[in-house]
Amino acid sequence: MIADEAKLNHHIFTTKLNELPTRDGFGDGVVIAGEKDENVLVLCADLTESTRSNKFKDKFPKRFFETGVSEQNMAGISAGLAISGKIPFIASYAVFNPGRNWEQIRVSIAYSRANVKIIGAHSGLSVGPDGATHQALEDIALMRVLPNMVVLVPSDYEQAKKATIASANYKGPVYIRLTREKTPVFRTQDSPFEIGKAQILMTGNDVTIICAGPIIYEALKASYELNMKYGIKCEVIDSCTIKPLDEKTMLDSVRKTGRVITIEEHQISGGLGGVVSEMLSEKYPVKIKRLGICDSFGESGTYEQLIKKYGLGIDHIIMEVKKLISER
Amino acid sequence: MPKHSHSEEIAKIEEVAIELRKSVIEMLLEAGSGHSAGPLGTADIFASLYFHILNIDPKNPQMPDRDRLVLSAGHICPILYATLAHRGFFPVSELKTLRKLGTRLQGHPHINEPPGVENTSGPLGQGLSQAIGMALSAKLNDQTHRVYCVGSDAELQEGQIWEAAMFAGNNHLHNLTWIIDRNNIQIDGYTEDIMPLEPLRQKLEAFNWHVLEIDGHNVEEIINACDNAKAIFERATVIIAHTIPGKDVDFMQYKFEWHGKPPNRVQAEKALKELRTLAGRIRSEHD
Ligand SMILES: Cc1ncc(C[n+]2csc(CCOP(=O)(O)OP(=O)(O)O)c2C)c(N)n1
Ligand SMILES: [Mg+2]
Repeated sequence: MIADEAKLNHHIFTTKLNELPTRDGFGDGVVIAGEKDENVLVLCADLTESTRSNKFKDKFPKRFFETGVSEQNMAGISAGLAISGKIPFIASYAVFNPGRNWEQIRVSIAYSRANVKIIGAHSGLSVGPDGATHQALEDIALMRVLPNMVVLVPSDYEQAKKATIASANYKGPVYIRLTREKTPVFRTQDSPFEIGKAQILMTGNDVTIICAGPIIYEALKASYELNMKYGIKCEVIDSCTIKPLDEKTMLDSVRKTGRVITIEEHQISGGLGGVVSEMLSEKYPVKIKRLGICDSFGESGTYEQLIKKYGLGIDHIIMEVKKLISER
Repeated sequence: MPKHSHSEEIAKIEEVAIELRKSVIEMLLEAGSGHSAGPLGTADIFASLYFHILNIDPKNPQMPDRDRLVLSAGHICPILYATLAHRGFFPVSELKTLRKLGTRLQGHPHINEPPGVENTSGPLGQGLSQAIGMALSAKLNDQTHRVYCVGSDAELQEGQIWEAAMFAGNNHLHNLTWIIDRNNIQIDGYTEDIMPLEPLRQKLEAFNWHVLEIDGHNVEEIINACDNAKAIFERATVIIAHTIPGKDVDFMQYKFEWHGKPPNRVQAEKALKELRTLAGRIRSEHD
């Protein structure tokens, strides 16, 4: 049932996997991108270590710029750099970048098709105790409505690294959503990655689970258990690219299963759940259940507590899949 | 500056400040995450405000004519929570719920949760604008209470601060006092290395503010400056309070590394011991 092409770690369900945050993938990936192309620059707004921009800063001090706490300014400067041929990555927390500087991104970057890569760190519930102000649960929605913008939501260290390198090679604005907490690295160096391509991680005929971000690992474990215990076979699709959406991969799966669950650490309206619902309601309407944050702000608590409370844990996923299956 | 306060009153506030610092250390240890430097550095300012300057009533937190304290740098909220609890807005025992699931003491403050919290903050640079709105509203309603905004220094790097500063300067908001915690640190280093703020006084004067500069650990200076602001009728006042980040905990003082880190158990015990010794010294000096 694990799809061979995804080249996942063979021991994904049997051993404890190595854990790293996706922000580390960016930190390592942007150094590789910087080695390949001297036009790659990094700008950061007083969060150099937390966004893992420090690795690039140490390696290429002349190509790193500290802007101080000024995310709007940082977005504007990066547009100017990009228009002049540079490839700037701008890094802060997702609540501020693209939260605070959205309109600068809209006009100076997206409308201008400036070749800027926007790095939104600490997204979703992964900042736990910091509370609602710092939990970006709306950033996918903010970015996917912008024309010209590519939106990537990597789900482990390896994918974040590849997404970073791929975004440097892609010409145009890209948003990459990262998380703070360590999460299992279930991919390998050989796992394929391509902007705009969804990936089937697990094959099945009963229900399609579409996810983005590290929460995919919960979905994989839930699917494993659903198969072992109940013989329910889930097809798990990783939609790291939220925009442009890989409609074909999704439609092929949904035609087979007829049922969809989306899972994300984001508001269900406007995020992955919104994107998938919009697409399917036009092209192939089926029963959909969107798991995510339901029109509320977050709160303080540990990451694990919040995942449970907001209905994104394994038990909840299993319950929802069983419910959806029994509804027909 | 004229001497307004009796030395016993000042000694009492200094003792409160030490108690607040102790609570901050205990809260952060219990929470396992959160910010140390800013809360310790602003303890004297918060003690002076809530135990002398502000017209407030813990039993009636929504009293219409109360003075408002808007916290702009939300990450230093452990000191706000500790102060509110010690002033009687809610039980001191609740402080140990900081940052935990279900708490009213969110990692960054949420308005009215707990009582006494006047605004929502955490994302830097928003508080001064919120305070201006409250000061404007007081003027429109012919209310005589004052609005205080406590902010950090690195948030002056945000454009919104200067938009707000320009507005306050233009609107003669004499009922507004803005206190800047000038501790010279931010996350990535010292402010003057990261994105220099100086000459700060001249910048603020150029925005048409009445500018005062004080030692932010000198209770008498804090009180006198806030009194002085009340006597100014055409302009809003900004007090640049020079502080030491991590004040009174030797291994934290002056170190930007302590901006966003809690002490571990050994460090917390060491810090509490230092603070207890200090409290004893203040008490014996005034006996
Ligand atoms: C708009 C915004 N950008 C970034 C951050 C992340 N952040 C939290 S505190 C801080 C700067 C810390 O410096 P300062 O405000 O002077 O506080 P201090 O460390 O002195 O307590 C930053 C960049 C934030 N809270 N808000
Ligand atoms: Mg500071």
